[in-house]
Amino acid sequence: MTHPNLRPNSPNSWHYRELNMKNPGLDHLSNGLITLTEAGHPIVAGSADLQYSNGLNRFAARYPDRYVSFGISEQNMVSAAAGLATTGMMPYVATFASFLGLLTCEQIRMDVAYCALPVRLIGHHTGISMGFYGTSHHATEDIGTMRSIADLTIVSPSDGPQLEAAIRASVDHDRPIYFRTGRGREPDLYDPKADFVFGKAIEHAQGEEVTIIACGLPVHPSVQVAKKLAAEGRSVGVIDMPTVKPIDREAILAAAARSKVILTIEEHNILGGLGSAVAEVLAEEGGPARLVRHGIRDEYALIAPPTHLYAHYRLDQAGIESVVREIIG
Amino acid sequence: MTTPVRNDLRPTNSEIARLRDRAQFVRLETIRLIEIAKVGHYTSVFSAAEIFAALYYDVMSLSADPKWPDRDRFLMGKGHAAVGLFPILAEHGYIPTEVLNGYTRLGNPLGDHPDMRKVPGVDFSSGSIGHALSNGLGMALGGRMQGRDFTTFVMLGDGEMQEGQVWEAAIGAAHHKLNRLVAIIDRNGYQLDGAVDDVMGIEPLDEKWRAFGWEVHVVDGHDIAELTALLRRVKADASRERPCCIIARTLKGKGVSYMETEPGWHLGYLDPSDAEAARQEILSKVI
Repeated sequence: MTHPNLRPNSPNSWHYRELNMKNPGLDHLSNGLITLTEAGHPIVAGSADLQYSNGLNRFAARYPDRYVSFGISEQNMVSAAAGLATTGMMPYVATFASFLGLLTCEQIRMDVAYCALPVRLIGHHTGISMGFYGTSHHATEDIGTMRSIADLTIVSPSDGPQLEAAIRASVDHDRPIYFRTGRGREPDLYDPKADFVFGKAIEHAQGEEVTIIACGLPVHPSVQVAKKLAAEGRSVGVIDMPTVKPIDREAILAAAARSKVILTIEEHNILGGLGSAVAEVLAEEGGPARLVRHGIRDEYALIAPPTHLYAHYRLDQAGIESVVREIIG
Repeated sequence: MTTPVRNDLRPTNSEIARLRDRAQFVRLETIRLIEIAKVGHYTSVFSAAEIFAALYYDVMSLSADPKWPDRDRFLMGKGHAAVGLFPILAEHGYIPTEVLNGYTRLGNPLGDHPDMRKVPGVDFSSGSIGHALSNGLGMALGGRMQGRDFTTFVMLGDGEMQEGQVWEAAIGAAHHKLNRLVAIIDRNGYQLDGAVDDVMGIEPLDEKWRAFGWEVHVVDGHDIAELTALLRRVKADASRERPCCIIARTLKGKGVSYMETEPGWHLGYLDPSDAEAARQEILSKVI
């Protein structure tokens, strides 16, 4: 007889804890895909032995004929998704961002982006969210690798609802997309029914002393920090940059015209990621605003539970507040 | 051991003559086009000329519209043999002759490897060896999901067997019972650095594919009658519940005697007098 902790619906099972208790944000991936499939879009989802980690088991249960189990063969999955797309299907394939952004980089370049096929790649558990699983499971390079691939759109939602909205909007997007999503533990900031617009930044606050430009997990704590400092009479702006490529140049330049300092915050190496993308815009067109890049400083992250890592790398609310205070004095 | 073929699917004598002629056309056009580029993969095409001819002039269901959703698909893991495919696509009306004649020149869509974005009739781009069987797996899945009955043929090089992704796709296609997926291995025995057996041996190849859950056939890849009959039968077999692998035993450089005996011709160039001699030899032989 199966031990109760091994039954998927048991509250003590790994599956239940992973999906229902710890990672509710990733429910939005299946939610978005189910909505699209119900609307008649030729959606097909696939995963590489991680359906309980990314929540696609819910999509698979609902549409078993539209779900493909690829086993632990990420490169095969990406290339097959491209083949599927040539037949008129709209494939959404998901695995850890560490594997998608690095292991399958060449398949994404050759079979998806170069062939301009409507494949949607979902790299989840990105950044250092895998905590003590270690460097093999950390993704602090995926924006860098994906940014250098032509014709590929990069979307880094900051919470589950924004992921769902972006998934919904993606059926009308004419380029392949790399979604860089968290572990599903991010607090909700957005309404899943809100429209997602590719290429548009979302301004949460305007500031003159500093404007934070962030994507992914650091957006929510950044908004909290700006509110707290505003109550002290300080002027801190916050821009969520969910579309990392093509980046919203106008939003960056407007912030740079308004603020003394632009502070980029990302759960990624500061080399090659959002900070680099913002730096390129500021170097080419920006005014006198100074740039500070905050994130993982070109190193392999330590091993620890995720919340401990976020504190250590100053990516949680207290850490971000301390970084901002160092800048504004 | 070759696989016996049902007599009723054997091509007629006139069909055999026509297919031989088309294989010869592929070889002659390859020489002509590589004269433009001044370097190319002669021998990789020559080993596969009968495979190209059997598929494109007999077995595959095609139409004037290269995007016809029910067409059979053809993918090349060994994309470096695309110079043998382009003349066929031109003859099918997918590529204008003047484009063919500008092979590899600045701005021309035809290069050493096939590009689906630029070349009508190319079902998938390739060049990075090892992807194509996965691409074909996806096409076969998509066909099944949409209730279409097309067959996806994927031509693979034997050196390509050294790529790990091929075996990911082999496992996946068998697991998903993709019975409309057909891999054709051009077993010409050579790759860029030398004999496949010396560079990184791949035998026993038939046993490997069988162990991975595929139906396996071994055929003389230059016997146009046997090859065509086998491809016809494999395509028509509605009872098969798994993917099919055809190991085509071929000669690298088949048709030009010194290329058949000299393995260094994976990449090469024939100056005009050598090219003319090769042309005459191809024209003088019945393969």
